[in-house]
Amino acid sequence: MFPTPIQRTSAPSRIGYQVFLPVAMIIWLLPLIAIFMTSVRGLKDINSGNIFGWPTEFKLIENYIAVFEASPALMYLMNSFYITIPTVIVAVSLACLAGYGLSIYRFRLALPLFFLFVAGNFVPFQILMVPVRDFSVRTGLYDTIQGQVLFHAAFQTGFCTLFMRNFIKALPQELIEAARVEGVSELKIFWYVVIPLMRPAIAALAVLIFTFVWNDFFWATVLTQGETAKPITAGVRALNGQFVANWHLVSAASLLAAVPPVAMFFLMQRHFIAGLTLGAVK
Amino acid sequence: MAYADPPSRKSWIARNRLSIAPWLFLSPALIFFAIYVVIPIFQSLSISLYEWNGLSDAVYVGFRNYVDLWDDPKFWISLKNNVIWLVLYMLAVPLGLAVALFLNQTVPGMRFYKSMFFFPFVISQVVVGLIFGWFYNPDFGIVGAIWKSIYCEEVINIVGNVSVRCSRTPPDILGDPRFATYGIIFAGLWPQVAYCMILYLTGLNNVSSEQIEAGRLDGAKGWRMLRHVVLPQLWPATFLAVVVTVIGALRSFDMIAIMTQGGPFGSTNVLSYYMFETALSEYGFRYGYGSAIATVLFFIMLIFISFFLWQMYKEERRG
Repeated sequence: MFPTPIQRTSAPSRIGYQVFLPVAMIIWLLPLIAIFMTSVRGLKDINSGNIFGWPTEFKLIENYIAVFEASPALMYLMNSFYITIPTVIVAVSLACLAGYGLSIYRFRLALPLFFLFVAGNFVPFQILMVPVRDFSVRTGLYDTIQGQVLFHAAFQTGFCTLFMRNFIKALPQELIEAARVEGVSELKIFWYVVIPLMRPAIAALAVLIFTFVWNDFFWATVLTQGETAKPITAGVRALNGQFVANWHLVSAASLLAAVPPVAMFFLMQRHFIAGLTLGAVK
Repeated sequence: MAYADPPSRKSWIARNRLSIAPWLFLSPALIFFAIYVVIPIFQSLSISLYEWNGLSDAVYVGFRNYVDLWDDPKFWISLKNNVIWLVLYMLAVPLGLAVALFLNQTVPGMRFYKSMFFFPFVISQVVVGLIFGWFYNPDFGIVGAIWKSIYCEEVINIVGNVSVRCSRTPPDILGDPRFATYGIIFAGLWPQVAYCMILYLTGLNNVSSEQIEAGRLDGAKGWRMLRHVVLPQLWPATFLAVVVTVIGALRSFDMIAIMTQGGPFGSTNVLSYYMFETALSEYGFRYGYGSAIATVLFFIMLIFISFFLWQMYKEERRG
């Protein structure tokens, strides 16, 4: 193990490490701690300039209720769920199929098509912006939840296919060969042999895509106009304008936007990290 | 050959099932990806040769948009800022490695610490931008507060009113063209370091302990051990960290939109934001000019994408 395990070092450095670790963590998370503390403050503290000291009153519940009452935050949150969940289902399903097609069969275009998905996943959003927006306007998908779902699902399919293809490629190919010799149809091999083995990859992709799409801001700005189809990221920005100088409400709204992906991360940590490393670093 | 099935007795589908099947599996993803990603790229390349406001008919202007770009100071500022972003964002890679090395210990509660350090990556950049924008605020932010504790004192005048007098006014980081871009990048590094850290932590798990022990026997330790024994084994993690950081730097948009909207005086613009601002400008859309900016950004990105694909191709060959 590198660096040298702390247990094998001298007592002072062992104790020093144990003490410094929580201190370092608090410094690292200071921005989040500060915003959380602000979100529980009352207006009195904000007005009197007590922004970084200890709160004189705790208004956790009142502030969060105020955000929901004074703004369409609840609708933004629901929109985020309506956009994110269908996107995850569509993108992961399509990628299971495509990844299987690209990894199990030997045909000349397999590698170029795989690279097409990889490259498409890395292009700057701006090169897609004008045509995608124009397409959405012409098909009536502009400023709708469905319009955002369709785009995100299509775009994320690139990343998901990259992931799935590499995952299936690493599975024991003899399993598939054996099933084929038995005369099992291709679709049945996919469904009964491969899908059960793909469960960890599906879980990893689901949490990862959930976070990516939830945190999207660019496409929410480009593909929506009014309030009805805005997700929480774009909503928080709108609220920031509405709650000028009401830092406690802005903070509460921002934290609300962060809760679902954070919960997702803590519940599915192992899968999340496996997904982030593209399975390349195990 | 009597036991082999005569080809004619099987249907065409049965005979060719291994060459048809991949296309059946691929077609939904391919069609979808083509409509929303592949075709729009080519459309953008073509739109960049037109003048078009999205409403009336597009007018073909050849390469005029690119000629205009060449003479557009805002374009050069954006490009310069993109380079600054690329260079400074790369700090996330060594910083991520440093944090990972710091956390690569087995003490009680380490899992918890690791997830807390990873935390910033999970939250939206919009939120990160809001937090730091508020931190930098000279009147209400933490920068202002620290500044005041050093350079300011409270003065009570004869009537008894309290006022604050400062020997130096606190810096308005996001309002000053000299500092604004660096302020945004600093905020952006926070989640990016967390990302690189997690890549390295998983990589460090895989480093062979025999080689480390062998290195220790040979008297290598500290920096030499890191350079000659550990880093070579971390190459997959480093490669991935560089790729995601380059892409993150060139894609930077959310935090600029939240923190400065390209200002003050366009000094924090990058190509991605300038493109958005131009194409969907409040003074009338300029789809053609915007697409020309996007095309430039696309080709910059393409250099990195090609390099990445080339590495993957070599890997495929080996595998």
